[in-house]
Amino acid sequence: MDKFSYVNATSLKQVTSLLSDSRWGEVMVIAGGTDLLAELKEYIETPKTLVNLKTLPGMDSIKADANGLTIGALTTVSDIAMHPTIQQHYSVLSQAAASVATPQIRNVGTLGGNLCQRPRCWYYRDETVNCFKKGGDMCYAVDGLNKYHAIFGDGPVYIVHPSDIAPALIALNASLKIVGPEGDKTVKVEEFFTLPAANLIRENILQPNEIVVEVQVPTPNPNTKSFYLKAREKGAPDFALSSVAAVFEMTGKTCQRANVVLGGVAPAPWRSPEAETVLTGKTINESLSMNAGEEAVKNAQPLTDNEYKVTLTQNLISRAAMMAIS
Amino acid sequence: MSDKDKKQDTNISRRSFIKGVGTGTVAATVVPAAILVGNEKTAEAQTDQAISKAEIQLNINDTVYEIEVEARTTLLTVLRDGIDTGGNNVDLTGAKLICDRGECGGCTVLVDGKAVYACMMLAMDAQGKQITTVEGIANGDNLHPIQEAFVKHDAMMCGFCTPGFIVSSVALLNENRKPTLTEIKEGLSGNTCRCGTYPFIFDAVETASEKM
Repeated sequence: MDKFSYVNATSLKQVTSLLSDSRWGEVMVIAGGTDLLAELKEYIETPKTLVNLKTLPGMDSIKADANGLTIGALTTVSDIAMHPTIQQHYSVLSQAAASVATPQIRNVGTLGGNLCQRPRCWYYRDETVNCFKKGGDMCYAVDGLNKYHAIFGDGPVYIVHPSDIAPALIALNASLKIVGPEGDKTVKVEEFFTLPAANLIRENILQPNEIVVEVQVPTPNPNTKSFYLKAREKGAPDFALSSVAAVFEMTGKTCQRANVVLGGVAPAPWRSPEAETVLTGKTINESLSMNAGEEAVKNAQPLTDNEYKVTLTQNLISRAAMMAIS
Repeated sequence: MSDKDKKQDTNISRRSFIKGVGTGTVAATVVPAAILVGNEKTAEAQTDQAISKAEIQLNINDTVYEIEVEARTTLLTVLRDGIDTGGNNVDLTGAKLICDRGECGGCTVLVDGKAVYACMMLAMDAQGKQITTVEGIANGDNLHPIQEAFVKHDAMMCGFCTPGFIVSSVALLNENRKPTLTEIKEGLSGNTCRCGTYPFIFDAVETASEKM
């Protein structure tokens, strides 16, 4: 790691002001640091100053009431996974959080960090490769090794977004609060993430002087069943090859409303309106669930080494739909 | 945050902040009157100023170490290679430096009772916390039940990953006294054993859970 200096943040105003007065990447924020320190160790980022957000008061708690959840961005992934109300009423979220990395990382890694973590693409993570994500002029995955890359999103960058929590939050219609120098704004988590066509380098709408401070999740309908299914290469902790966050509002075996959001298959969490349309208003059975999976991957565009993700994703969606009636 | 109160006192010092960020204008806007007291180096570590090194105090295995660290120094570096202000080596080499990327678990320590990777935590962030390394698990010469069970089940081959597994096992059993096999596997999923002694490790944790 290169040398850097360290500032313990005392207010959001101070943080956004420090970020505003520097070039992108010169001053960076750190929370749990489980992703950022790895980037520093690989010289992917070389900030002069890190602003430690962990010293900001009151941003690491979960508030659950009749309106839903308010989760501070500094809340650890462990605390989300273990929270009794989240386990009971927001199972897709607790399952997604519990599937993140390892106990040691979940104990330190934060909600904000999980949403803002950078891609795992091995070309991006290689200091010597100057790809689109680092201001270069190509995506090396296209003609290179692309087993873990995107099957949706139309390029020209084929990273996949690594967050497990993001698809769950989108499926739950969550919003997040962003603070910048001019104050705060609230956006849907779904609208927070961007595709490479909009921004080659970043994966979300955050401006250089903005940070995520809070996530709000509305209370799900009482007849909701929700699941997070994550396929990994081995039983061991890993990022998703493909994952499905599914939230179904059910009346008996009839699906009144379906939110299906995929992880690990596109440069941003990937909503599947095709699967949602197949399931909504229908009685779920095996052939309907198969059909939902098939429709969801109809427009997939696999690269040379990741066609398996098409079948995998299709089956995960079908399985999630069947779980809604089991 | 008594340290924040303390700094209301004397001695304005923007020196290290300016050194860190590199522009006087930034310092002027965000640190109108950040103030330090007493031992300036120690106080600096607790202020909102940009610092590139500081003298900090770390509570490791119930011993307080005073040590000068850079901002980039990890907790693991302090444990293994740190030299305190009295010139003594910290020399807690139980936590191993293996992957240095938060993947293998060889450096696992407890921070306020929770398992964390010491290689992925900055030493400055460990201030004010209770750090326990594998050296602090036993009670004097009396092994912890998990350590006894590791010996009994021969739960190691080369032994390099063992300290990390011991610490993760302690964290697991502190949270869940009677874990199922699945829970043991999940609880230890952040540690890797390249010799593949997993079944013996799982047996050891089961045995220890029965004794605790």
